[in-house]
Amino acid sequence: MSTFTDTLMHGNEHAFKPQTLTPMQKLVLKYVVFGLVYYGFAAIEGMLMRINAVDPQDLLYPKRYFAMLTAHPLVGIFGSTYLLVFGAFTFLVPYLMKKPLWSFKLARWTLWLIVVGVFTFWLDGFLTHYAPLYTLYWPLPADFQQFEPVAGALFITGIALVMVGTLFFVVNVFKTITYTPEGWSKQPAGRLLGDALGVTTLKRFVTGKLHKDAEQEHLVSLPVAAIARGTVDVLFNVGIILFTGVLILVYMVAEIFGASLKSSSVDALLYKNWFWWGLDLVADGLVLVFVAGTWYLLAQLITGREVFMARWARFALGLELVVSWTVWSHHLLSDQAQPAALKMGSGEFVTAFELITQGLAFFITLVTLWKARPLAMSNELKFLLGGLLGFALAVPAGIMQADVGLNRILHNTQWVVGPHVHVAILVGLTMTLYSAIYLLLPILTNGAKLWSQKLATFHFWAHLVGGIGMGAFMGMAGLHGMLRRTIYYDGEYFWYMVLAAVSGALLLLALGAFLLNIVMTLGVNGAVGLFRRSELPPSVLVPGVDLAVEPEPATGSAG
Amino acid sequence: MKALVAGLLGQVVDSSVVLWGQTIMYTAYCLAIVSVVGWFAWKITTPTDHESRVTPKVFYVWVGFLTVLGVSLHLVTYNTIPWVKDDLHGASAHYTESYDITVGNHEWQLPAERIQVPCGELVRFSVTSTDLTYGFGLFRADNSMVAQMQVVPGHANNLLWTFEANGTYSIRSTEYSGPAGAQMVAPDAVQVTGCDTTDDAAAGGTR
Repeated sequence: MSTFTDTLMHGNEHAFKPQTLTPMQKLVLKYVVFGLVYYGFAAIEGMLMRINAVDPQDLLYPKRYFAMLTAHPLVGIFGSTYLLVFGAFTFLVPYLMKKPLWSFKLARWTLWLIVVGVFTFWLDGFLTHYAPLYTLYWPLPADFQQFEPVAGALFITGIALVMVGTLFFVVNVFKTITYTPEGWSKQPAGRLLGDALGVTTLKRFVTGKLHKDAEQEHLVSLPVAAIARGTVDVLFNVGIILFTGVLILVYMVAEIFGASLKSSSVDALLYKNWFWWGLDLVADGLVLVFVAGTWYLLAQLITGREVFMARWARFALGLELVVSWTVWSHHLLSDQAQPAALKMGSGEFVTAFELITQGLAFFITLVTLWKARPLAMSNELKFLLGGLLGFALAVPAGIMQADVGLNRILHNTQWVVGPHVHVAILVGLTMTLYSAIYLLLPILTNGAKLWSQKLATFHFWAHLVGGIGMGAFMGMAGLHGMLRRTIYYDGEYFWYMVLAAVSGALLLLALGAFLLNIVMTLGVNGAVGLFRRSELPPSVLVPGVDLAVEPEPATGSAG
Repeated sequence: MKALVAGLLGQVVDSSVVLWGQTIMYTAYCLAIVSVVGWFAWKITTPTDHESRVTPKVFYVWVGFLTVLGVSLHLVTYNTIPWVKDDLHGASAHYTESYDITVGNHEWQLPAERIQVPCGELVRFSVTSTDLTYGFGLFRADNSMVAQMQVVPGHANNLLWTFEANGTYSIRSTEYSGPAGAQMVAPDAVQVTGCDTTDDAAAGGTR
């Protein structure tokens, strides 16, 4: 057998031995595998749509194109980001709290419900062309002249499965933080929850004692506090999407049974406010809170030091949570019936707080790294810097479009979806997640050795340049009037779209390099081994670390 | 570029001037932040004997800077972009003409084949949707956008605007309303006359 084939089958230096993995390691690696598979779905769809933006293809006729455009962000967010983030946190919460996950079974349900749910709505969109887009502006999702009610019902069912799986994740996170494992001394559930949600920090801020706050006094570590607060937004988001899904389903079921309901019974503007309030809990809530928490954790692990100004980092996380509940109106700056007070208050000024909260997280992370210099330029460090840069580019772009004056000429253009959305997600969020993957890979695989550093370096540069380039060229087209969610047939923005497609191809090459590197690191046999049952109990996080054993009482603080 | 210079000299500001200003500012910011992060990556991996001098005071200065930056953007645009005040105080604005437009079943119904608009006057486009949510956008012949708003069914959707130069503009839906609404364009639907100057990008209509 040639060296390449041998490595492909058995992994780099045969270092990865799936039979040594604990159930937790296997479960988390499955989250990562499916998360990457769905990232591949979204990336390929994205590339096809990039080609269509250069020159509309017969294969992507409008109904199919818009069905793809509907599925693309949902597959990217729920199928890829949710799975990668939930998988990482399912491992990190027990690791940082030093106690077993509350329910291993529930974590498995979360994985499979999301995997099946995403595949359901993706396949439904592919086969039936149900395409009201993720914005679902009322009454479009219930427009049965354009869409089949059965197709819509299947689509909503897929989303509902994802939401139920997400709800299980929420329960698991909060129960793991607060519960008392069997045989342990009673845990202070109320104080743990209060510390996780920021009540402790808020009390100290109000009483003027924040400057005396020390990390060692906290029951819950800073990254777990970030996870808990982001999870609050996840919970609210589940509620909004499930409620909205049921509302739409009522219309669909009625239509299927021959009783058409009046779509004007639901106020379109109220619906839009309601829907964006919920959707922004993802875009401006859990993403920013989770990302800030992940930056702090990565900075801690990379430097081995406490986060700079940790008490303010905790405070900012709480502020970000409140901000995330009150920013939605920046999506309605072009809705003339929206009250001016909401446009200016929620839409402009509260949204500007995101510049402050995310700017603080950016600064705190950079200073934490700075204080530990010199550092080795590891893969996790370079991807973390890439993630920081991504948000440093995307957040100001978002603040600009969240301005009454500028929104009049930017709303629904490629500016919104290029320099803001795609740079935030592909460069900011995804590079942060890649940093976590590179960091956790040896821990989750019991020391598997990365096959090629050259491929990892290529992965970094191709992803960074591709992500920023694509956002930049989409943004330039947007500034020249190119709309999102529109097909242009006369080559109006040809060169911008060619350059954006070249950048998109770089992103796809980066993904290919990364996947090849991972497959060669673990080996095909290793990947198959992930799906074989482990005999160890789920409380064993990694070999030799059984979290069922209560730590010594002296170590009251976690993490 | 001519419009940008006009804007910088304090002359009439239209949406193309604002877009140019934004392009320059954001590009400069991107180049600066990429350079800073690149420099930072180099510095943290370079051996040094110096102790870090980052104190909490630097942190508080940074907080202050972010606060001023976040708030000042909106104050600057409120005072420099002419249509912001019309937008926010729309109910009390005095417009000279109003054009009622209806949109439904993915089609525009205009009050005239070509709406004639006086240049330099505040006018109102009042758009009503009979079914779905649409967008109402005015575009120049070079496809750049003059302005847009959302058109929500069951609500009044009024766009107040002052054209500062002569030109012919197309109307296009700026919001997705299903595959059937992918090409909702009314070419050369608005003609502006009466000014001494002409919007070069909108001269002659459809290109």
